[in-house]
Amino acid sequence: MSLPVRVGTLLAGFLAVVGGVIFVVIHYLLAGPPTVDYSAGVTPDSGQTVSIMLQEDAQNTVTSHPDWVSYFIKDPKSHQWVHTTLFKVPAGTTIDVTILGYDGCTPLRNPFWGKVTGTAGDVENVNGTPVATLNSWGSCSVAHTFSIPSIGLNVPVASPTTLKENNSLCGTSPCTSGPHTTVTFSFKTPSAPGDYFWQCRVPCGLGYLDGFGGPMQTIGFMTGEMEVVS
Amino acid sequence: MAIETEPGTITQPGGGVPAGEPAVRAWWTRPAIHTGLIGAVIGYAFGHWLGNYWASPGVGSPAQYQQIPTADANDFAIVLGYTFMVVGWLIGLGFFNDLVLAMLGRPLRDYQLRNGGDTGMARYFRLTHDHKVVGLQYLVGMIVYFCTAGLLAMGIRAELLSPVHHIFSSSAYIEIVGEHGTMMMMLMTSVILGPFGNYLIPLMIGAKRVAYPRLEALSFWLTPAAFGVLLSAILLGGFHFGWTGYPTLSVQDTSGGDAYAFAFGLMGLSMILAAFNILITVICYRAPGMRWGRLPMFVWGILGTAVMMALAAPILVGGMYMILTDRTVQTAFFADQLGGSSYLYQDLFWFFGHPEVYILALPGFAIVCELLPVFTRKPLFGYKIAAAGMIGVTLLSFFVWQHHLFDSGIDPDMRPLFMLTTELISIPTGFIFLVGMGTLWKAKIRFTVPMLFCLAFFFNFLIGGISGVFLSDVPADTTEHGSFFVMAHFHYTIMGGLIFAFMGGCYYWLPKMMGIKLNARLGYAHFWLMFVAFNSTFLPLFAIGLAGQPRRVFEYQRDLTTLNDWVSISSFFLGASILIFVINFVWSTVVVREREIGNPWNSRGLEWQTASPPPAENFAVVPVVLTGPYEYGVKNSPPVADLNPPVGVLTASLSDTQTAGAEA
Amino acid sequence: MAAPPAQREPNHAIRIGFTWLVLALAADLLIWFVLGPHLPPGGLASQADGQRFDIKVMAVMAAPVMIFVLLYFAYSIIVWRGREGDDDDGPPIGGNARIQTAWITVTSAIVLCLFGFGTYELYHSYGAGAGEGPSPIYNPPGAELTAAQQMAPWSPGKPVVVQVIGQQWRFTYRYPQFGGFETTYLALPRNQWVQFDVTSIDVIHSFWAYQLGVKADANPGVDNVAYTKPTQLGRITVRCAELCGLWHGAMFDYGQVMTLANFQSWAGASNARFASVTKLLPPYATTYDPTEIPLFKLGKVVKALGLFGAGGGYYPPNDPSQP
Repeated sequence: MSLPVRVGTLLAGFLAVVGGVIFVVIHYLLAGPPTVDYSAGVTPDSGQTVSIMLQEDAQNTVTSHPDWVSYFIKDPKSHQWVHTTLFKVPAGTTIDVTILGYDGCTPLRNPFWGKVTGTAGDVENVNGTPVATLNSWGSCSVAHTFSIPSIGLNVPVASPTTLKENNSLCGTSPCTSGPHTTVTFSFKTPSAPGDYFWQCRVPCGLGYLDGFGGPMQTIGFMTGEMEVVS
Repeated sequence: MAIETEPGTITQPGGGVPAGEPAVRAWWTRPAIHTGLIGAVIGYAFGHWLGNYWASPGVGSPAQYQQIPTADANDFAIVLGYTFMVVGWLIGLGFFNDLVLAMLGRPLRDYQLRNGGDTGMARYFRLTHDHKVVGLQYLVGMIVYFCTAGLLAMGIRAELLSPVHHIFSSSAYIEIVGEHGTMMMMLMTSVILGPFGNYLIPLMIGAKRVAYPRLEALSFWLTPAAFGVLLSAILLGGFHFGWTGYPTLSVQDTSGGDAYAFAFGLMGLSMILAAFNILITVICYRAPGMRWGRLPMFVWGILGTAVMMALAAPILVGGMYMILTDRTVQTAFFADQLGGSSYLYQDLFWFFGHPEVYILALPGFAIVCELLPVFTRKPLFGYKIAAAGMIGVTLLSFFVWQHHLFDSGIDPDMRPLFMLTTELISIPTGFIFLVGMGTLWKAKIRFTVPMLFCLAFFFNFLIGGISGVFLSDVPADTTEHGSFFVMAHFHYTIMGGLIFAFMGGCYYWLPKMMGIKLNARLGYAHFWLMFVAFNSTFLPLFAIGLAGQPRRVFEYQRDLTTLNDWVSISSFFLGASILIFVINFVWSTVVVREREIGNPWNSRGLEWQTASPPPAENFAVVPVVLTGPYEYGVKNSPPVADLNPPVGVLTASLSDTQTAGAEA
Repeated sequence: MAAPPAQREPNHAIRIGFTWLVLALAADLLIWFVLGPHLPPGGLASQADGQRFDIKVMAVMAAPVMIFVLLYFAYSIIVWRGREGDDDDGPPIGGNARIQTAWITVTSAIVLCLFGFGTYELYHSYGAGAGEGPSPIYNPPGAELTAAQQMAPWSPGKPVVVQVIGQQWRFTYRYPQFGGFETTYLALPRNQWVQFDVTSIDVIHSFWAYQLGVKADANPGVDNVAYTKPTQLGRITVRCAELCGLWHGAMFDYGQVMTLANFQSWAGASNARFASVTKLLPPYATTYDPTEIPLFKLGKVVKALGLFGAGGGYYPPNDPSQP
């Protein structure tokens, strides 16, 4: 091949490689679920309160893993349920959290996490009644947890407790009807901005060894990040 | 049949008169990469369908693994898909053609028989029996794999610029870490044995071919398959357990883990095949006069590497197979609660894993021992000691693996023993330094680019090796294990050792392998930038590790931010130096093509006594070796070999072998 | 014809040797006296202090070796450069039996000394803070290895037993001798031997208490024992040192070494505060099977609901639990 042909082929090849790398990085490595923004219009450290709403569902009909349990977060502006576990809140602010628990019960691997910590009064309100500890080994009571380990927040999310309810759980998502519990609690975000990860502690990865795989290890399902901004 | 004593003739298996030379068909009608890809796609589709049919619960489905619908992940189908994909790839490349033709009793195609009878660029893209073609295929492949894994490393260091602001999600980050580590550890095992071992060993021992050209080609063609499978993990969601793949994390991970285990096992197969070929070639195909005591040190080093590969890689394949069955068909090899043990995996993995790192280090020793005499114009100091060092490392490497497990909770009885063996292995490793230093004594050093890389090798491996002694001490290892100290140690030995030697080998041998000289100015720029950037990147990691930063983390103590930033910026310069190398390589070989025939380094090596690049059969006649390869400064020393031995010399030297009768 | 007097070749060995001696001595003194007290991992606990000593000794032994090699290379690069226009070969020195023997002897001696030193340190520090598994062979006096023994109330003379439970993605600590309560804060008394029983209930983690000089892998179903003795008051940082999933990088805890009196009152207060959850925990054991939840607690629920929830379902129910 002559020199210009060789140089031309080289350049074409180089551009193809660069393009491929950029495509993989953007499409696979940098891609992720959207972040729901609860911090817009709120001044940090000002004593304001922000209300956020989440739900957890037994199955989902919006991803390629229909049998994976998943959290949804409600967008404050559009009032739509977004399939994500990433949300943004202002620093030094009290957050009132409402979680709608549409999933049935699973025992915690370590019942220590049945105790509510890190919330105001160290209690959560289950359907209006304040509760300090849930015994997932003694009765059908806990579906998932909402835990932010680095600020010591741990909230076991209550589940519907009767056999009838657990057999007729909502099978679509996001759920709007079906047996569920309403759990509310509040906590204060730290004053230091940053990314604080949160997770579920119940082994809810059905079909995975010991239940710790699948949705438990995938961002957008049962684990995510709370981004604190100042 | 070992040595062909006459210029190559076309023979048929089973005898008979050769048919007339058939016309060579057009390149796109002959099996090559394009047919291989078609075969791979068909194979994957079939395998995936088979897996779905076999394993999903449903009427008529034989196995009905219940975890598949609940997890929405049919790992069984994915693994079967990969298996048939590789089979399809090999069928498409034409690996089974000879087998089928021979079984049918039909003549094999001429251009596959004749050693290197194929000409033109197309032979680099298909199954070719010429070891020189395979060597160059490996060279390009290895550079591609190294650069891909290097880009992933840039991603890791970009993430570590800040302990609180994250570029990648934690999931993407740990995928990148796993891909980088696995790609390097899996594919760089053959970074020197593949290109240089396969290309040069027959030339260095005076042979016209290797013992098993088809196995050699197979060992190469499995590497793009393994590379592709490993990269496809990203499409499957990535694997989140690093290159070591410890269960139970690796058993419960999402589908990307199948790609990891399969790719690694496949590469293990490639290693075994490459190793066998090298071993038999060196043992059986040495020219007359090439006694063991005259073997170039490069060959000794590659021989040791081949022994380690042949013995350790099967354990890897076994371990990966068990991971796959645990992930797909509900075995419990590594599940404690059902009678298995996660320690089983750790032992299997590290029994392979430790020889693996010596597989990565020994070829570096081999290259520097080969290059030093040429550029110091002196014989290799302590030839026997150097060979003993290679053998010692090979043997001892199988006895030290528990030092990766000092904190794991495995029975502590053996800790002093493994501390002893790990300390002892530094003795044969030290021989290389003795040999290097002795060769430099009163030498006349030529500071060419390859020589600079050799000197840098010694500098880097000194730091890497001494840090290994720190790690072998169990008490000190308690703080150092699993931290960036270990990372610095193995990057110094593997990248500072192996890769620097690889670069030196490239600059040294490319005139021989391609008849083309790499640009020297770019070479010096590449060297200096790489050397400075490499040390600037990895030296602070010792401090970072001792200060308490564990491996594979994306968050770290704030007071380590400055050090981490320094390391990250240096690593970008290191990446730039590799880019200079790639540019130099591509520019010199594709665009400029400055011819370099003959012996530019004035080396006495046997490989340099033929043309550059060598003719199809390496030597017109098998040479008779007259001296060792390092007889520099010896007065009145004969040339290294007689390339046109008188008639009768060869037959006489072979008369007491069993193959004499087969020569007719 | 008389040959001109040959130029005397300098004695390279003496030059190199003398320079090396000076540099090595200087380096060793610097390392031992100046750098030594500041070496990681600090001196908060006996194991950390022992490791610091080990690192100091090895650095002192390694420095002369490194200086020798580097000095030699630098010397040879400067002195034995090929001169412009000189295309001759160098002297054909193929080996030197004395040098080779000396090298082998010296390197073997260094290596064997290090082995002896390391083994002595391992033994004398009761395991050097490395996890020794369920049957440790280096134990401080009074060490107790069964769950029943560990549940007996603590008394001076016994190590304080802390069970470290690794789980995705937090360590928790259980104190069987103080009532069996569980906490996420690692409090320890000063000047008492501490025995860590490290286990996991999901994947492999690694309990790395940096200031204590302890690192022990947390394997599911395995009780990995490690010992240390905190000697100074201060803060402890615990990090996970084995990749355990997505948030391995964010898995850390904090703790504190306090005086014995403060520790005992902390333990009493924690026992009371966590009483409501302590009674929900499984009875203290050295390992916990991740898949077996004592049915007597769920018995009524299982019969009534027929449910066991997610928690896997990986192996079918008819698989035997023992091979």
